[in-house]
Amino acid sequence: MQEEASESSVPSSSRVATYLTPIPPLAAADEFPEKMSSEHLSAFFGPTEALKRVSLSIRERRVTAVIGPSGCGKSTFVRCLNRMHEVTDGAHTKGRVLLDGKDIYERGTDPVQVRRRVGMVFQKPNPFPTMSIADNVLAGLRLNGMKVTDAKPRVEKALRQAALWDEVKDRLDKSGTSLSGGQQQRLCIARALALEPEVLLMDEPCSALDPIATTKIEELIYELKATYTIVIVTHSMQQAARVSDFTAFFYMGELVEYDTTDTLFTKPSNQRTEEYITGRFG
Amino acid sequence: MASYRTRKTLDVVLRWACLVATLCAMIPLISILLFVGREGIKGLSLDFLTHLPKPVGELGGGVANAIVGTVTIVAMACAMAIPAGILAGVYLAEYGKSRLGYAVRFTADVLSGVPSIVVGMFVYAVVVIPMKRQSAIAGSIAIAILMLPTIARTTEELMKLVPNALREAALALGVPRWRTVLRVVVRTALPGIVTGIMLAVARGTGETAPLLFTSANNRNWPEGIDQPTSTLTVQIFQYSVAPYDDWHQQAWAAALVLIAFVLGLNILSRLLVRHRVSR
Repeated sequence: MQEEASESSVPSSSRVATYLTPIPPLAAADEFPEKMSSEHLSAFFGPTEALKRVSLSIRERRVTAVIGPSGCGKSTFVRCLNRMHEVTDGAHTKGRVLLDGKDIYERGTDPVQVRRRVGMVFQKPNPFPTMSIADNVLAGLRLNGMKVTDAKPRVEKALRQAALWDEVKDRLDKSGTSLSGGQQQRLCIARALALEPEVLLMDEPCSALDPIATTKIEELIYELKATYTIVIVTHSMQQAARVSDFTAFFYMGELVEYDTTDTLFTKPSNQRTEEYITGRFG
Repeated sequence: MASYRTRKTLDVVLRWACLVATLCAMIPLISILLFVGREGIKGLSLDFLTHLPKPVGELGGGVANAIVGTVTIVAMACAMAIPAGILAGVYLAEYGKSRLGYAVRFTADVLSGVPSIVVGMFVYAVVVIPMKRQSAIAGSIAIAILMLPTIARTTEELMKLVPNALREAALALGVPRWRTVLRVVVRTALPGIVTGIMLAVARGTGETAPLLFTSANNRNWPEGIDQPTSTLTVQIFQYSVAPYDDWHQQAWAAALVLIAFVLGLNILSRLLVRHRVSR
């Protein structure tokens, strides 16, 4: 254990009250630089606290899986990472989320700018029904008012990255909703990638898909981590074990344990984690 | 538990009952179309569509001025009611959870229940009296008031039907809220919104009562939008209550023109929207 490492993730006492516990360093993580981190992050729906002072460090170009039973706050957590949480009526957050060391919740930070750097893929595929496949890929650019002059290569690049190009190259002008569920989800990934984000958040991206489509998305995640920092929420512990380098276990809005995926699944240090991964609850 | 045979019989009986009820519901529409078509076609000719009415006592003449008047008044009413109605609907759907939103929604619902003759009287009091004359402007304001709540409420309802997932998809791509509303939500709801507008236009085109004392009638070409203007509906009303057979015939023909106009507008707008969606 390297107890003294990753001091950078401990908040300065001037901003965070001293009664807060220091953020525990993550063993074996230090060879990868930190891309994002949350510091004592709490999220609320009205008066309800759905996420309780979560501090977690996300490593660059690694896959971080977030697991836990339904309602444990894992989706809420990733939605805080690109400021999508506050889109819900009455929702707000406390604490900090750092992206390259800068707080995205800082006064004066535009959530729109954050979301362009931190892309997101949702549980249910949600291509724009009024747009063709190609237009869906370019939607992020076009809706942001950018003039896309090199449409064709951009569409091809994003669709290739999302491993969808070969399946749709002959029908790019067809509606995005004409595709199968798994293809729609990869189209949504392509749409997020076309904006060239730095971080990709995936909120249970496979829960609406069959096993074959799931395998494709998982292979895709493996390829994407060469370029992107990925955070994936999943209900499936097998999936977390297959695709991720780090795993965070959430329970009742709290971060119970966070470690490398290997360690968390083989030698969990917390009783609850062990019970959950061995299927005794959740 | 009912036996299999009973359930089967019930299924067949109810299915036939639904079919019969549907046919019954279509009888009024079809008989109106057939009747107006049969009576109207006798008086319909190119002259009828392109000529002014003849002086009382002379046979023949047409409703060209009334067609122009109806188109003018409805177009002006659309210019007022469609932008205001759509924007109000967008506000209600996207930002309407405030106290103001509830007030606007309530007002719109009450307004859509106000009898059209009352709207006509109101416009007479606030527009016609100060202007000292009946005019196409006054008529179109009355029609716009009647169209407004329909457009606002259908726009709201249809925008609420757009799944939240699409809003979130756009927001997560870093699209600002206003662009998301305009380019994704309104865009997705557009076919429905257009249908709502068409219903409002059809209703506006068919109104007689609010026009009787706002735009009144005129047996000549309209001299300007600040002058009394003839419309098909008021013309039909005046011809049908007159004691001349020739005028009755013309009323039928004008009714046919009116129906064809509304139907044509409806089909055209649907084609337009369908074309834009499949692009």
